[in-house]
Amino acid sequence: MSGPVVGIVLVSHSARVAESVAELARGLAAGGPVAAVAAAGGTPDGGLGTDADRIAAAAREVDAGAGVALLADLGSAVLTIKALLVEDELPPDARLLDAPFLEGAVAAVVAASAGAPLDAVAAAAEEAYTYRKT
Amino acid sequence: MRDAQFFRRWMTVAAAAVEREADRLTELDSPIGDADHGSNLLRGFTAVRAALEADSAASPGAVLTLAGRTLISTVGGASGPLYGTLLRRTGKELGEAAEVSDDALRKALYAGVGAVAQLGGAAPGDKTMLDALVPAVAELGTSYRAAADAAENGARATVPMLARKGRASYLGERSIGHQDPGATSAALLLGALADVAEAS
Repeated sequence: MSGPVVGIVLVSHSARVAESVAELARGLAAGGPVAAVAAAGGTPDGGLGTDADRIAAAAREVDAGAGVALLADLGSAVLTIKALLVEDELPPDARLLDAPFLEGAVAAVVAASAGAPLDAVAAAAEEAYTYRKT
Repeated sequence: MRDAQFFRRWMTVAAAAVEREADRLTELDSPIGDADHGSNLLRGFTAVRAALEADSAASPGAVLTLAGRTLISTVGGASGPLYGTLLRRTGKELGEAAEVSDDALRKALYAGVGAVAQLGGAAPGDKTMLDALVPAVAELGTSYRAAADAAENGARATVPMLARKGRASYLGERSIGHQDPGATSAALLLGALADVAEAS
């Protein structure tokens, strides 16, 4: 990779889901340097839910100056990211992707690791919706 | 005119109402949600009370903005960003004035409810907090008590509705016959506003 690459944040209701999907995406993107992926799952007390501060910290952690792509699972994960975006509490080039959580995460991490800009990372993740399984 | 103290009292009385009704909110959230609405809001409003005690927010707008920010970061469920956006947007609309008129508050709350609808992508009839909030802001021009009553009636009117948003929407027709917990907590918030307005 030359120059900064897009960072990825995975927001799930479950810390283990976020971490596992991050691990899977990193593994499938391996073969060269892998883009920074941060998992932001669960509540501060270890329960199921969404932690706004953890999301904002994860976004700052993976921000290398090329933008940050956020993927979310359900309900409050989506709404909390949107609220943080409205409040300007995420890095300037942060974007919530409209993509399936696991498949979108793999596509985003692969694209980001290849050095794709934020628009292309978003397009790769969103395209995951078009992959039918039957 | 309403000053920062009025808005602090509103948040304190709302926190007390959430504390009193937390078990009922969680019970309502058991059949159609994930049974955490009461405990989530209790955690959020307890944090709001602490944040306001530790901060010298001196204008109505600053009080609501701080309360909204605190709810977003502490609730942990969808009601956090939704109520957080309601209060924060309302606070932003009120600006930095030290005192605001009832008319300005009415308009600000109207904008706040609009922001909630936009964030959640919901409309009245979807069995959400908007079924209490939308009729309430329509009655604010009459009186705070009329708005609180409209919210209460709106919450009760969610019982026969089919949920179209959130966790309850996965239940399809099985969501019918239960009062929406979010509409119920919204009625508590409006009830607290009416109590504080009548006492001042």
